[in-house]
Amino acid sequence: MHFFKTRFNYLFNSTKGLILVAIAMIAIETAIWGMLSGPMAELGVRELVIKLFGMDIVQAEREGRIIILYHSIAMAVIAIETYMITSLLKMKPFFKTAINALITVGYLVTMIFGMGFAYFGHNWAFHGLYIFGLSLIFFAGLLMIIALWPWKEEYYVTDKDYAQTKSGVDLERIAFFATAVTTVLSSLFGAIPGSYYGNGFETFLAENIIRYPEKTTMEYSVIGHLHIMLALIAIMLTLIIGRWLNFKGLWHKFAMPLMILGTLVLNLGVWGVVTPLEPIAHMIIYVGATPSMLAALFLLIWNWNKLIKDGIAHIQKPKFLQKLGALVHDPLKFGPTWQMLFMNFTTSGIGIFMAVRLDEIFRIWPAREERIELTGHWHALSAIIATIILMYYGDMLGLKGKVRQLYGWAIIFLSDIALGAVTIFEMKRLFITEAEQQPLVNGLMYAIDFGLGMLLVLLAIVMVWRLTDLFKPKGRWTEEMTHELSQEVMK
Amino acid sequence: MKRLVLTSILFAALLASCVPVDLNAPIPVYDTGIDPTAWAKIPAGEFYFGQHEEVTSTEAYEIMVTDVTTAQYAEFLNDALADGYVKLDGSRIVGYYPGDTFRGVKHEEEIKAGDWIFIPLDDPSQRLKFDGTRFTVQAGYEDHPMTLVSWFGAWGYCGYHDWRLPTEMEWEKAGRGTDSRPFPWGEEIQRNNANFYTSRDPFENMRTFGSRTSPVGFYNGRTYDGYITLDSVSPYGLYDMAGNVWQWTGNIYEGMHYRFMRGGSKDVYDMDLRLWVRNNATPTYYSPGVGFRCAR
Repeated sequence: MHFFKTRFNYLFNSTKGLILVAIAMIAIETAIWGMLSGPMAELGVRELVIKLFGMDIVQAEREGRIIILYHSIAMAVIAIETYMITSLLKMKPFFKTAINALITVGYLVTMIFGMGFAYFGHNWAFHGLYIFGLSLIFFAGLLMIIALWPWKEEYYVTDKDYAQTKSGVDLERIAFFATAVTTVLSSLFGAIPGSYYGNGFETFLAENIIRYPEKTTMEYSVIGHLHIMLALIAIMLTLIIGRWLNFKGLWHKFAMPLMILGTLVLNLGVWGVVTPLEPIAHMIIYVGATPSMLAALFLLIWNWNKLIKDGIAHIQKPKFLQKLGALVHDPLKFGPTWQMLFMNFTTSGIGIFMAVRLDEIFRIWPAREERIELTGHWHALSAIIATIILMYYGDMLGLKGKVRQLYGWAIIFLSDIALGAVTIFEMKRLFITEAEQQPLVNGLMYAIDFGLGMLLVLLAIVMVWRLTDLFKPKGRWTEEMTHELSQEVMK
Repeated sequence: MKRLVLTSILFAALLASCVPVDLNAPIPVYDTGIDPTAWAKIPAGEFYFGQHEEVTSTEAYEIMVTDVTTAQYAEFLNDALADGYVKLDGSRIVGYYPGDTFRGVKHEEEIKAGDWIFIPLDDPSQRLKFDGTRFTVQAGYEDHPMTLVSWFGAWGYCGYHDWRLPTEMEWEKAGRGTDSRPFPWGEEIQRNNANFYTSRDPFENMRTFGSRTSPVGFYNGRTYDGYITLDSVSPYGLYDMAGNVWQWTGNIYEGMHYRFMRGGSKDVYDMDLRLWVRNNATPTYYSPGVGFRCAR
């Protein structure tokens, strides 16, 4: 009994344990449900998985299933970010406990019963529990807003290296707060139309209605919701990474006001799609995205500078290659900001390129090609978010030496190979005809499957290692029981 | 050494991706026994329209049992060229279209009255050949659906015969019948129900040219050189209402120049073969995966 009690205590009552559980849940879900589509479906694995697990797949309900699938994964990702925030930032212990408890029960209930409802027959009690889980996460968000309230003196900063107001209010905390507030509000843009459409079971995927000239307010709301939630998850993660790396100094002072401004304007633009502002909503979104991306760029500049400075501190006259060596010396510290830069090639850059060449691309390509580009670019962004979390997690695990190098570089190379191939796949119609594309498609698919497949293998190895560690009386888990992320912030 | 091996494998994979595709690779020829000149009668009445099964109704009409074949289209072009209904314009065949009402809605493009492309002649995957006077069909493709035809080309073919393109509702009713099935033959799809991406039919080779069209009516329960097909006819007797080629439909929607296609194709996964799935493109778009059938 003691065995289970101590492990349970670690897994559900410590930050690192909670993060491990959430990553494991995502890994399991990704591994099983990843076999239902793409190359696994082509190889016939899909049918085996459906039979093995006794899934009940109805053709007309595919869209609804997918919506529940990615919501359940997204909730686990939000839970991971929440654990990181409650462990990194100062807050009252009550809030930390309550927020973590609510979001843990919330995402687990959402995931287990949501997937149970979607893929294993339609038990409506499960659907009710799925909604209940989402509601708990919403309440956790409300508590998080209260906990993060930046205008309390105990949270003021005294160190002049960090962005602050004249009275000492922590601008970084305001950025966290603004992102939390807008995340909670933006979730309503999905919840309200979700309830509306759920009433008649008229689920739809936003990418399937993009070209319709007339959209209802509810349809706009869904489109806005999915865009902003992913953007906010990315913004929150940027702030978290900044805190972990101990982002400070002049770049921090420039970045934080931009982050706050960008988050607010971006949200106003997205919320605007359900108001008379709709015709100019995209313009507002561009205006909001620019400062947010600039803030991320400032984090990158600061981080790369720091890595180089720290790495060459012992060299009197460092050469370029020595500087480069210092920059990439630790993949887990270099990787997160590199992935943010790489995102511009796979997500933001593609979006801007497509927008600039609208008349040559979307006006000519069939809707299904446009859908490939749309779904591809947000899958790529989601994957980049996942890799950044995994890199931070690698550091939390205390990986050292060759294992750290291998783990970090494997994540960077494997994901970048896969996502680079995805990007070429999205853009292929610009340089190859449909009739001649197959060998190129095959090559790209090999790259994508190799990259993502090996990444999942790497994750599986880590999970098996952590599982076996739990059976050791003095395993690593015992050291992690009381560790808080705030204690491990970079010096 | 290990690095060298890995680099060589990656390089070889890259080279394999750049292999030129033989668009004229031999294609198996099978007689499906399905008459491409046949029409099916669809009675007036209610049916379930769309994924959310909106009950709606149509008048009675007739619709082609199969897609228009390349042989049929070649015959049309020969007649139409002689009549002056179509003409040669550089490397494309064009025909007159009276234009659409332009409302200036966001993203809408104006379709003016004038000559518009029916088919391109210089596309390497075009199965119709033109010697300057007559159109012929590349051997083996006679009974395959006519592809690389724009919406104007489909509209022009049907109009030339005093027929028309089916509306989306007519198309879906013809494929679905009066129940809520997602596929013309029923609830589920198997690889030998239809020609779709990696369906492993005798016409595809995913290492080189990928998926190719199959002759119209191929999935009729017959066995071809050991390849067993399932009878995938729709409740009203139509073939290829799922897979093979997307099919242009006739609706012109207010405020948008895009035209809609139905049925999925050889190039998409099975989920896009569900009867309510829509695709759309500008009416000048043509592709080796897009064809049509007519209604009257």
